[in-house]
Amino acid sequence: MFARFEKQIPKLVLAPSFSAVLIFVYAFMAWTVYIAFTKSTIMPMYKLNGVLQFGRLARSPRWETAIENLFIFGILFIVISTVLGLFLAILLDQRIRSEGALRSIFLYPMALSFIVTGTAWKWILNPGTGIEAFVRSWGFSSFKFDWLVNPDFAIYTIVIAGVWQSAGFVMALFLAGLRSVNQEIIYAAMVDGISTRRIYTKIILPSMAPVFMSAVIVLSHLAIKSFDLVVALTGGGPGYQTDLPATFMYAMAFSRGDLGQAAASATVMLMTVVAIIVPYLYSELRSKNG
Amino acid sequence: MVNKKSSAGSIGFVEYLIPKIQRIGIYLVLVVFAAYYLMPLFVMLTTSLKSLEEIRTGSFISLPRGIDLSSWKIAWSEACTGVKCQGLRPYMLNSFLIAVPAVAISTMVGAINGYVLSHWKFRGANLIFGMMLFGCFVPFQVILLPMAIVLGKLGVAGSISGLVLVHVVYGLGFTTLFFRNYFVTVSDEITRAAKIDGAGFFRIFYSIFLPLSAPIFVVTIIWQFTQIWNDFLFGVSFSQAGTQPVTVALNNIVNSTTGVKQYNVDMAAAILAALPTLLVYILAGKYFIRGLTAGAVKG
Repeated sequence: MFARFEKQIPKLVLAPSFSAVLIFVYAFMAWTVYIAFTKSTIMPMYKLNGVLQFGRLARSPRWETAIENLFIFGILFIVISTVLGLFLAILLDQRIRSEGALRSIFLYPMALSFIVTGTAWKWILNPGTGIEAFVRSWGFSSFKFDWLVNPDFAIYTIVIAGVWQSAGFVMALFLAGLRSVNQEIIYAAMVDGISTRRIYTKIILPSMAPVFMSAVIVLSHLAIKSFDLVVALTGGGPGYQTDLPATFMYAMAFSRGDLGQAAASATVMLMTVVAIIVPYLYSELRSKNG
Repeated sequence: MVNKKSSAGSIGFVEYLIPKIQRIGIYLVLVVFAAYYLMPLFVMLTTSLKSLEEIRTGSFISLPRGIDLSSWKIAWSEACTGVKCQGLRPYMLNSFLIAVPAVAISTMVGAINGYVLSHWKFRGANLIFGMMLFGCFVPFQVILLPMAIVLGKLGVAGSISGLVLVHVVYGLGFTTLFFRNYFVTVSDEITRAAKIDGAGFFRIFYSIFLPLSAPIFVVTIIWQFTQIWNDFLFGVSFSQAGTQPVTVALNNIVNSTTGVKQYNVDMAAAILAALPTLLVYILAGKYFIRGLTAGAVKG
């Protein structure tokens, strides 16, 4: 009798967490996707109404801007963070003195809220107070750096700050990867007189394909979820020129009172994340469990 | 240049010089990037110590003339967030009241979940783990609306306990992952031997696993504290005047449009809001980085 009960303990222990996840993740997800197919505005309505909300989304210039921005931001953010992170990792891997201190410096942005560091970035990028004013005070009175308030360039300031925040993280991933490369192969190649550059391009980098993979997955996930970055730097402005899907959804849900559009945009975000994450998680779990 | 023997041995001077220049180049590039990384922190700190007059006349990168802590005092107890002018102090307290219970609960539950999912697997355990893991990746926009409704139904809308609940629920995936991956490395032999000796589920957890898990507790607690303290999305969505966490209050101070823009106060407030996580990072950065990379290389 007791033995049978004993067998159930692990399941009982896990049950509350699993139920919480079922409700707060999966049921909520289902609810939001459902609402995306209704006519809901300020209050949720439960009568299905086809793909009306997605049609509205497709015609919305604000959503179009948000998606365009996600592409510009996402691609630049992923590519520059990966390249810069790899570059810093390779430099730090050259038996550098005070490597630990430098590593901490490159990683601290990940430990702070961007609402905090964004306060400084906003100031540095603001033409009236930051870099532009500084260079002008040196006598270059025609120097211009007004991306933050320029509708055509504001999104690139989000890229600058985003890369600053995340490149150190990519560096940490690559540094761990570089340290796990088989040293004997490298020594053998060096003894054979192969140049350092070729050792990197032919031996070390190809062996780090999985690290590239992780970095790109994590960065694209960060890009899709980016919210604090925009709120702290531009608040979505000028106008809605720097809206991303995350800020679009927030605006629809909490200031416009348009639940249908909020749910539809959240659904699009979810699908994008699923398309990226699920194959990755699946392959990771399979390879680890054999 | 005469090719005489240098202190480096019998190699020629040029062969000796090129690697030296390369080394200097590497250090130079690293120092430039370090400066770029430290600049926002530097600007925050120096600006918070300047007077408004000094900010207007000087440049953003110049050192302060003296140390003027008055904007820190204003940021702490007088700055206005919307209509209220109590500084950041009450919101710092809110963030602690949210973070401490949320970190404690999610870490403890994660520890026992990880124990089950690594040493007491039953049919479907992997599927459950996969589903919990996916919960870490869901874009939170997809749960904001139903969460707001459910918090209202539970009577905790806009309250600190509501935010604790939210952070516990969405922290569980990560804490479970951390502990599960840590416990997986403990040999099954040990648990099997303990079972033969008559130890049960909880006994094995308390006497064998808990004593082993100090490092992973540190990693998890630091990770959860940093995430929850830095959270903005949940804070701004589910709080109301009086229960806002410090990130939301800071954003309100910085973006308040009434009166003269007090950049020095903004910067002092930003540093105050960052101080707890900054301290954790300085004192235990090693563990934070371990959590960061563990979260990325999953499975």
